[in-house]
Amino acid sequence: MAELLFIEGGRVIDPASGTDGVRTVVIRDGKIAEVAERIERPRDARALDARGKWVTPGFIDLHVHLREPGQEYKETVETGVRAAVAGGFTAVCAMPNTRPVNDNASVTELVLARAAAAGLARVYPVGCISKGSDGQDLAEYGELRAAGCVALSDDGRPVMSAALMRRALEYAKVFGLPLTVHEEDLQLVGKGVMHEGAASTRLGLKGIPGAAEEVMVLRDVALVELTGGRLHVAHVSTRGAVRAVREAKARGLAVTAEVTPHHLVLTDEDVAASSYSTDLKMNPPLRSAEDVAACLAGLADGTLDAIATDHAPHSAVEKDVEFDAAANGIIGLETAFPVCLALVRQGGLTERRLVEALTSGPACAFGLPGGTLARGAPADVAVLDPAAAWTVDPARIRSRSRNTPWKGRRLTGRCVMTLVGGRLVHEEVEGER
Amino acid sequence: MIGRHKHCLALQDFSREEILEVIDLAVSMKEVLRRPIKKVPSLRGKTVVNLFFEASTRTRSSFEIAAKVLSADALNWTSSSSSVTKGETLVDTARNLEAMRPDVLVIRHAAGGAPRLVADHVGCAVVSAGDGAHEHPSQGLLDCFTLRERLGDLAGKTVAIVGDISHSRVARSDLFALTKLGATVRLCGPPTMIPAGIESLGATVHHELREAVAGADAVVMLRIQHERIGDPLIPGTREYSKLWGLNARKAEEWLTPHCVILHPGPINRGVELAPEVADGPRSLILDQVQNGVAVRMAILYLLAGGSSAEAGGASEAKAHG
Repeated sequence: MAELLFIEGGRVIDPASGTDGVRTVVIRDGKIAEVAERIERPRDARALDARGKWVTPGFIDLHVHLREPGQEYKETVETGVRAAVAGGFTAVCAMPNTRPVNDNASVTELVLARAAAAGLARVYPVGCISKGSDGQDLAEYGELRAAGCVALSDDGRPVMSAALMRRALEYAKVFGLPLTVHEEDLQLVGKGVMHEGAASTRLGLKGIPGAAEEVMVLRDVALVELTGGRLHVAHVSTRGAVRAVREAKARGLAVTAEVTPHHLVLTDEDVAASSYSTDLKMNPPLRSAEDVAACLAGLADGTLDAIATDHAPHSAVEKDVEFDAAANGIIGLETAFPVCLALVRQGGLTERRLVEALTSGPACAFGLPGGTLARGAPADVAVLDPAAAWTVDPARIRSRSRNTPWKGRRLTGRCVMTLVGGRLVHEEVEGER
Repeated sequence: MIGRHKHCLALQDFSREEILEVIDLAVSMKEVLRRPIKKVPSLRGKTVVNLFFEASTRTRSSFEIAAKVLSADALNWTSSSSSVTKGETLVDTARNLEAMRPDVLVIRHAAGGAPRLVADHVGCAVVSAGDGAHEHPSQGLLDCFTLRERLGDLAGKTVAIVGDISHSRVARSDLFALTKLGATVRLCGPPTMIPAGIESLGATVHHELREAVAGADAVVMLRIQHERIGDPLIPGTREYSKLWGLNARKAEEWLTPHCVILHPGPINRGVELAPEVADGPRSLILDQVQNGVAVRMAILYLLAGGSSAEAGGASEAKAHG
């Protein structure tokens, strides 16, 4: 007999189908059966009460570091997806900079096997652009795709060779895989550890100019024009990069882009105010207020397709050190929704656009299933309480790492239930606020 | 305590009053240094640890002498490798040293913010003896002390700082302290050596030496680090010296008669400063060195438990002199 589940009384926000209003979501056999204003619940159907909550497609994160294989002390696939579903994410793309890197089917298969064993969020592995992620030779995209990779990246390392990037864009066309790229000119980065500006000057830290990102985005847009390849710009952080993506899209090029929650709300001045907190060290670095405003405007107008967390777990070993020596990155899966919801309250983003950038935006960018509550879609659903205030308690973080600038901070907006394929995989624990 | 501060990490966090507290006390401390028996018991039983992760002879010696004149026990801990090159982390090193119960930890490190990190993890007072390109607070204080000694109140005075501002912690500490004391600061160097957004800190930026020093009451010449050549910030010392170095002719033609010259040392003779200028009557370079001891005495005294209100340094020093 078919299993029936009704999510009742919630405000359904599904930008992909244009739905926004109180509806009942009916799930049958792990798929969305119907989204209706009035519908009789059969006696044998289960019901979830979503009154006062938002009901949205499960969030999709295009940019997550699960650290397995190789750095399980920072995160495992299991702890990573546990964090994901607690944050409303039902699917995550796992970046390939593991140890060893994901440049062959056996690593891809291992990640998928771990994800299947965890049975929480869907995990979509991303394969390497180059063998060993060393920027020299193309990885075997056919094998990676056959094993389950949905995109290609040398994330963490830019593809410094324009010639290799050109060939990668061309070769990936056969397999329909987008290249998701970390755009930084390493020579311009030099030994930089934060954004170059007045804050880096006061702190005496080496700066990374915004141009380090922009020259690479502009280079790759030109290469997309040359090759007809598919480019996705990861973690856009500067005004010039937003402009380059906007112009590329206006010219009809196959370019998409993502932005992280932290690049939408934090600036280099926060690094100065934190007095060298390594929880504010990431790559690309937190930029100027003008860059942040440009990223937000780019997200609002659709130039930037997706919000992606760049969830980058690191242990205290990598973070409780000098700022210069600290590893780049912060965790983000469990805080992305409330951090971005604050932008809605401040008027920088509509509710619809916020949900879109977490659901159908990323789904379309990589051609992934889900991201919508349309009939027949996988029943990946987030039930969110936009009014719930809670404190980010390090002891309650699901990720194995604690490197977040929101430690101890009070945030508003919380995922209360997450369903993947119609299964309830996360439910807020009593007393967690 | 120096004002509100338990540590001495960055002059950008100090108020005008806190800066003056140190340099006023340094006046009394300097008097101690002029005596035949240069020893006062002010910090007897206290321990000062110099933790140096970067090679430094003069700053370390200066702190060491300052501690010894005040009768504190001084221990030098020099580490050629920082945690950047693996091994024990900075926090572990600091905690280990703290377990030996020092009263003041003086730290020099190549990474900006390293003294702050240590201060966050230990209970004793921490003094930065220079961290990366961040700050060198005792140098900033001794420069202000030296300039005030010669020029009087620094309010309304103009000081030009010339050289590699980008990589200079001295330039930053000088800039913060001098502007808080009411001086006007001009920064000068090739554009490759001027850090982003420095104007927002209250300085004017100049690329022509002549323009920067015109009418100035003092010029601080910074050391040009040889590793910057080919960084590539400048083509070489030849052109640098021609355009931004100070020789006798330029000093004669461009500087006001009363303008004094400072340099944090060590000097590259013939690069940023010609020998006849470094050794000439305008030069306060050796005064800086002597005043450095006095200022560091004041810092150690205040942070190891004394207060300027008790006039500890001065009266006690006199009492035991």
